[in-house]
Amino acid sequence: MMTENFTDTVLYFIELLLGGLTRGSIYALIALGYTMVYGIIELINFAHGEIYMLGAFTALIVSGIMTMYGYAGMSVFFTAMLVAALYSSAYGYTIEKIAYKPLRNAPRLSPLISAIGMSIFLQNYVMLAQTSDFMPFPSLIPDFECLSWIDYMIGGPELVILITTVIVMICLTFLIKYTRIGKAMRATAQDKKMAMLVGIDINRMISATFVIGSTLAAIAGVLIATHIGQINFYIGFIAGIKAFTAAVLGGIGSIPGAVLGGLVLGLTESFATGYVSSDYEDVFAFALLVLILIIRPSGLIGRNEMQKV
Amino acid sequence: MRYILKWIALLFIPAFCSYALAADTINLGVAGAHSGDLASYGLPSVKAAELVVNDINAKGGVLGKKVIIWAEDDACKPELATNTATRLVSKGVHVVMGHICSGATKAALGIYKDMNIVTMSPSATNPDLTQNGNYPNFYRTIASDDAQARLEVDFALNKLKVKRIAVIHDKGDYGKGLAEFAKKFIEQSKKAQVVLYEGITPGAVDYSAVIRKIKRSKAGAVIFGGYHPEASKLVSGMRKKRMDTIFISDDGVKDDTFIKVAKKYAEGVYATGPKDVSQNPMTIKATKDHQKKYGKDPGAFFLNAYSATLALLNAIQKSGSIEYESIRMALQNEYVETPLGKIRFDKNGDAEGVGFSMYQVKNGTYVEIKE
Repeated sequence: MMTENFTDTVLYFIELLLGGLTRGSIYALIALGYTMVYGIIELINFAHGEIYMLGAFTALIVSGIMTMYGYAGMSVFFTAMLVAALYSSAYGYTIEKIAYKPLRNAPRLSPLISAIGMSIFLQNYVMLAQTSDFMPFPSLIPDFECLSWIDYMIGGPELVILITTVIVMICLTFLIKYTRIGKAMRATAQDKKMAMLVGIDINRMISATFVIGSTLAAIAGVLIATHIGQINFYIGFIAGIKAFTAAVLGGIGSIPGAVLGGLVLGLTESFATGYVSSDYEDVFAFALLVLILIIRPSGLIGRNEMQKV
Repeated sequence: MRYILKWIALLFIPAFCSYALAADTINLGVAGAHSGDLASYGLPSVKAAELVVNDINAKGGVLGKKVIIWAEDDACKPELATNTATRLVSKGVHVVMGHICSGATKAALGIYKDMNIVTMSPSATNPDLTQNGNYPNFYRTIASDDAQARLEVDFALNKLKVKRIAVIHDKGDYGKGLAEFAKKFIEQSKKAQVVLYEGITPGAVDYSAVIRKIKRSKAGAVIFGGYHPEASKLVSGMRKKRMDTIFISDDGVKDDTFIKVAKKYAEGVYATGPKDVSQNPMTIKATKDHQKKYGKDPGAFFLNAYSATLALLNAIQKSGSIEYESIRMALQNEYVETPLGKIRFDKNGDAEGVGFSMYQVKNGTYVEIKE
């Protein structure tokens, strides 16, 4: 009896842990976009949540067309994700060129307002072009047979989310740390003028940052949409707010910080729901944010910089 | 100043009454929001009353007298509703069909009660209006807010015989209101246990933690108060975790979008929804008359207002008098055929047989569960 209760408790803990990690991975993927853009041009890109939403919608359309032509399974998933990533990064690139680049030397508040405007525009654009209703999203990730013995703990989609996130993080770290473009991006983030002097095209670097951030958001969008099975034009808003919180929690501007912040936020929410009450899910998440910002104003592993907003 | 005027007006009422009673008509008051942003709730009731009264007058009226409609606006505001009521009383109405909003209805009821005027609302759903017993003159042709929760709980306890129930809501007015009633009814019945009572955040990325909690609570059924987007996330999440927990929800989920989104996972889900009366010949006739006279489909609460007017006039006809007590007796004892079905009223004033049915998703559509 005693052991049974104990196993139960442990299993419940593991379930909550996995749920929190899954949710945290999604936050982390979106938070990376916020943090990278902030790191390089010190702008909070409020339209980032909408990029995530656009990714999900693109994947919905692509998978709809592919299913019509008789494709099925993981091939649809990968194609949809690829197209969504390309399409969303095109959006990210264009948004930067239209809404932020002309304002690069304007007062700090101007691009912020421009970002909010872009976010509202994209939401309404999708609402008018698609529908305001919820749309069903196909389960592109099957429940793997080999997992059936633990699928009460972790299903196929959750496992794919976790694995994809890890792979994406490794690729991103490699890109930033060991490639020419990564080096150039870091240089731009540190000092734009000096970077220009040594021959770095900083406009290209900023565009590259937006493209990478948008790709990550699109991947997150497709993963979560196929996991929960429904999307509408508004999903970017809450996910965006949470991811932004995660980015701040970890220290905005810091790439490992965004990942850590996302995971901490996801786990906090999951455990708050599991052990206290889901009524207090957001209360705990934001109380944690306040607490960490009081103790460490620049976030968990953020750099200390005075001139930030 | 207005307050004083109102009391002065009240003093004059008896004089006007006797004048009106002498006249050889039956006076039907119709009160509700006829202007303002809630006019779309009130105006259909005026049209319903007109259609019914035209029909009845064409057949010789009630008790051989012509029926006259006195329509008064309250804009759904409680502070205006008392004036509206006073004006109607001063015009000598015998019965009132209205008001529309619960708040306005409650404010006006006291005045009608003092004047012994039977009042019947087509749309005021606040449970207290009938259940607190303060207004014996009040009737309604719409189910009260707690009716859905009552139906959900009765169904879970008596039909499905569940012993452990998780009550989940979406923290909204509608969903949380229903969930609170459901919890209260389960606890009162003592037949089952509320093992979990939680609110979830609409639009959250996923609900996996809550779903795991439901699983851990070993609930036999979930009663969910809220709308279909959250419901479909919860149901699909539960089914993916191979939980066969029964899912019971409300009108907000009895929507085809729910089935479209949740697809195969929607199968077997229960949801309450308004009784289907579209096949009732009287409904078809009332709708057709409305289209003929006004050139469009009827608006909100039209059928409830149509039925209320019929019930009131029928009660006067059956009782053979315009006396308060005899009208009340007739409302409670005589059945009347209306678009909402054959109805009479219980001693609280709620219409018997009006309201909600339980539906279940079978093969991709909601099917009404017959008793």
